[in-house]
Amino acid sequence: MEHTVSMSYAVWIVLFPLIGVLLWGLVLRKMPEKVVGFGASLMILLSFGVAVALTMKLASLDPHHRVVEVEIFRWITAGGLNLDFAFLIDPLSCVMMLVVTGISFLIHVYSIGYMHGDSRFSLFFTYLNLFVFFMLILVLGNNMPILFIGWEGVGLCSYLLIGFWWEDQNKAEAGMKAFVVNRIGDFGMLIAMFMLFHYLGTLQFTEMHPAAAKLWGHNIGALSITVITLSLLLGATGKSAQIPLFVWLPDAMAGPTPVSALIHAATMVTAGVYMIARNATLFALSPVGMSAVALIGATTAIFAATIGLKQMDIKKVLAYSTVSQLGYMVMACGVGAFTAGVFHLMTHAFFKALLFLASGAVIHTMHGALHHVHDHHTDPQDMRNMGGLGKHIKLTYAVFLVATLAIAGIPGLSGFFSKDEILAHAYLSAVHEHNPVGLIAWALGLMAAGITAFYMFRLVFLTFHGRYKGPEGSEKALHESPAVMMIPLVVLAFLSLVGGYVGVPHLPPLPHIPHYLGDWLAPVFHHAHEILNEVHGLHHTPHLSTVEEWVLVCASVVVALLGIFGAYVVYMVMRAEAKPNESQEGFGKTLFNKYYVDEIYHAVVIRPLIGLCRLAWKYFDAGFIDGGLVLGTAKTVRWFGAPLRRLQTGIVANYAFWLAAGVFAVLIVFLIH
Amino acid sequence: MSLWLTAIVFIPTLGALLLLVFPETQGKLIRTVTFIVMALDFAISLPLFFLFDASSPNFQFMEVYEWVPSLGIKYILGVDGISLLLVLLTTFLGPIVVLGSTSIKKSLRGYFGAMLILQTGMLGTFLSLDLFLFYIFWEVMLIPMYFLIGVWGGVERIYAAVKFFIYTMVGSLLMLVGIIWIYFNITIPDVGHTFDYLALMEHTRNMPLPVTAQLWLFAAFALAFAIKVPMFPFHTWLPDAHVQAPTAGSVILAGVLLKMGTYGYVRFAMPMFPEGVDYFRPLMLTLAVIGIIYGAMVSIVQVDMKKLVAYSSVSHLGFVMLGLFALTPEGVTGAMIQMINHGLSTGALFLLVGVVYDRRHTRMIAEYGGIAKIMPWYAAVFMLVMLSSVGVPGLNGFVGEFMILIGTYETAPLAAVLGASGVILAAVYLLWMYRRVFFGEITNPANKSMPDLKIAEWASLLPLIVFIIWIGVYPNTFLSKMTVAIEHFLK
Repeated sequence: MEHTVSMSYAVWIVLFPLIGVLLWGLVLRKMPEKVVGFGASLMILLSFGVAVALTMKLASLDPHHRVVEVEIFRWITAGGLNLDFAFLIDPLSCVMMLVVTGISFLIHVYSIGYMHGDSRFSLFFTYLNLFVFFMLILVLGNNMPILFIGWEGVGLCSYLLIGFWWEDQNKAEAGMKAFVVNRIGDFGMLIAMFMLFHYLGTLQFTEMHPAAAKLWGHNIGALSITVITLSLLLGATGKSAQIPLFVWLPDAMAGPTPVSALIHAATMVTAGVYMIARNATLFALSPVGMSAVALIGATTAIFAATIGLKQMDIKKVLAYSTVSQLGYMVMACGVGAFTAGVFHLMTHAFFKALLFLASGAVIHTMHGALHHVHDHHTDPQDMRNMGGLGKHIKLTYAVFLVATLAIAGIPGLSGFFSKDEILAHAYLSAVHEHNPVGLIAWALGLMAAGITAFYMFRLVFLTFHGRYKGPEGSEKALHESPAVMMIPLVVLAFLSLVGGYVGVPHLPPLPHIPHYLGDWLAPVFHHAHEILNEVHGLHHTPHLSTVEEWVLVCASVVVALLGIFGAYVVYMVMRAEAKPNESQEGFGKTLFNKYYVDEIYHAVVIRPLIGLCRLAWKYFDAGFIDGGLVLGTAKTVRWFGAPLRRLQTGIVANYAFWLAAGVFAVLIVFLIH
Repeated sequence: MSLWLTAIVFIPTLGALLLLVFPETQGKLIRTVTFIVMALDFAISLPLFFLFDASSPNFQFMEVYEWVPSLGIKYILGVDGISLLLVLLTTFLGPIVVLGSTSIKKSLRGYFGAMLILQTGMLGTFLSLDLFLFYIFWEVMLIPMYFLIGVWGGVERIYAAVKFFIYTMVGSLLMLVGIIWIYFNITIPDVGHTFDYLALMEHTRNMPLPVTAQLWLFAAFALAFAIKVPMFPFHTWLPDAHVQAPTAGSVILAGVLLKMGTYGYVRFAMPMFPEGVDYFRPLMLTLAVIGIIYGAMVSIVQVDMKKLVAYSSVSHLGFVMLGLFALTPEGVTGAMIQMINHGLSTGALFLLVGVVYDRRHTRMIAEYGGIAKIMPWYAAVFMLVMLSSVGVPGLNGFVGEFMILIGTYETAPLAAVLGASGVILAAVYLLWMYRRVFFGEITNPANKSMPDLKIAEWASLLPLIVFIIWIGVYPNTFLSKMTVAIEHFLK
């Protein structure tokens, strides 16, 4: 599907951030904050410009021709393995490029304010630019290994940025945990690549997907494709923090808050969802793979949401919320609603980035207030020390509320449209495709939606309402953050408000607005949907009736409102926040302790592994192999050698005798032959 | 017929002789002369890369001289796509290890002399195409290494040196027996008995050796090479040798010496005894996989940085062996490039451990902590090299590992899957060490005044970094040189 359209300038989208890395990392690292901060932001703005240009160019093409490959250089050649460093520009990568560069730009600007005065200011922006570089390679890569370069590259940046304040060993450890847990996922990615190459002889998306459809099209659900999709899913559970590999993401909040917003909420963690969507055709070929994706996503969505109910650290709540929302996206892919998954990826990028950045503004404010009274012990991220902040930081409160309403699924805001579309598809899959997994996904998804509304409003009430619980006197120092931080918040609030209108459902008698995003992405997932329809014995993609649509919408809205109302009753009417030990009772304790997953992993995986390693070293390596076999052999030789040593008398005549004897012996042997 | 390859092999020896002229007291001069000789050798070898015809599977720049005609011993040197990069790696590391020897103060003439002779031994091993000549170089190289460890090493140096020597010697003797057997049992028409590698290869292609003979010969050669690599379970000399060797010794040991084992498989054991390869392949793959996982697991719990890197070599060379015995173009190419990668990355890691060892005279991880604060550039370089060793894409290690594993999956899927788990463990042992050494607050007062990288240290590390990135981003520069040779090898 090579086309004559020239998009070779696409390479600039990654070159700008790369130039930034070299500038802020090496050449200009001693420059003042303003130069580095705005310079780094400019690099991303330029990338954003390229992304817009590419998207417009792509949009000008016929929908069936919107696949442009940009070959940059030949990377690896060996035997049948021919890997190009090449980009794939199609509707999906355009959406990702725009989201990544757009959100990144805003967060770069915000960071200028947030990181002000940090001793490693330039390094921070170097890492941020590097992150964008790798993230763009991830979403643009034309084959699995190039995607994997980006995949591991963003993981590296995540590691570096979580541990950015590495003087604190806990933060360094959180970074390491992220890297290692992700590596487990990467193992899955590697296995999938090996198998795909083995069966298809190519790893390039545009060749791989048709080849897969051809190979497995008449053997849907073959063991090989199922193992491949499950391996890919393992990769996705690492990067997108799904069960069982989600444990690194909450700890990743140790990084600076802009990093949490950019990498651990809006962009990097969605890579798993993107990867599944990118390989939609492969997943469609394996019903087991699809079901696993849906179940993992749905379970994660509800599991993480329940943990979010009892967290006290403002960022931890948002972290579990992210895990939960990523669960929705994964679940969407699992029920075949790839567009809905990407849609939620996008809206979530808006409102979750906003939530994190606004929480950063809250922390920033709290920090300043605590600093004002010379209090260095109170945790500025603990909601038990907040309350009533709404009066003091009105704008921050306003934007936070917008994002909260969006994530809670209040009609009209962006999150409502995307979440509703996911739930609708899960229901569709249950009813029209007779897929029990769809029913489970829908039920869990709906419950999680209610819980989400509850814990988000709990957060809002505890933070912005009620009585201020910070130290005496610090109240006076609570003030809004600087403009450089607030402007990105306002922009994101705007996007959280209107971002959903690219995918409005058709709900007669309401006026019909086209589903722009769906139409734009349709060619990308066309093939996968064809396969899915075949699997389910359908002749065309099923649709919900108007009544069903309305019932589902109402159900979502009712659940969301119930969640909000519940939070209002508990935290505003009953003032439950007054109990500092809220976390210490019964099931709440289990939730507060995150179901003890970390403790379980530690006991079941880490400790036995380290023990086994010690055993291998001390007893097997040093003891058995080296001490027993090697030195044992040496001792045996010496033991046998001892009598022979007597031959070494040092008397020349003796040697001469043996020498002569030897010569004669050789002579005799030769004579015999 | 030129004497180009001979010059490359023997210039270091001439340099060693030249050192005799200088009095022991002229330390700086001795160092400079050695550096110049090594750099000159590299400069002379470099054009090989550009003049080498990668489209031909044949040996190039051949030099053939009769040596002991009555015994069929010849002096044959030649280079092909398989040895080219190893030769260049050796000459490339030469000047670097001289720069990495700044902390050596004891009898410099002997030290640098040994290093130069070692260089000749290694280059000769990679370039010899006569079994007898090969064996001589193979053994010659043991002696200077023995002294480097035994004289300039750490506290337990004598034990380590003797262990290294005897262990390798035992393996070599088996190979010698094999070589002599071949000599006596193959008679080539019009030539008679010979050690000539090419003549023997030509002959055995038409008239293969009996299967049992091939099995025994393969076993004899493979054991010698397995000890050198070292493959599990013949690896226990390595940690001792590495820990006791001076920094430069470790760099050469990891960078080049171990490659002679893997090279031995590609050049001799595998092409000469194909039946042996078939028969022993499952065993070799199993040992390779065990090596990958076991080496990594033992690395995790090391308390000594150098020992950790030493055990990681066992793991990395397991990958190389896996790729070789995958017997696919992807796997073998990956193995070949991984030999180079390991030389660069592990060489760099040993240099880096040497940097703090020179300052603090300890390699214990627990002695450090938080040193990224006072040595930021050192921390940055260490990070990059660590990532290369962990196999992060974009750097060299990934290219090799990926090709090896994808190639292995074609013929031995289970081995590939198990081997891939090594990438998880690699992240564990290196990142954990890095965290304990570099992150946190500086708690040990002894670490508070360490200077960051010095000029000589930069000079030795930068060239390695350049190639770590180069091979990661554009490996085709190097892969293209070996493609044809590997196709030929797989036939």
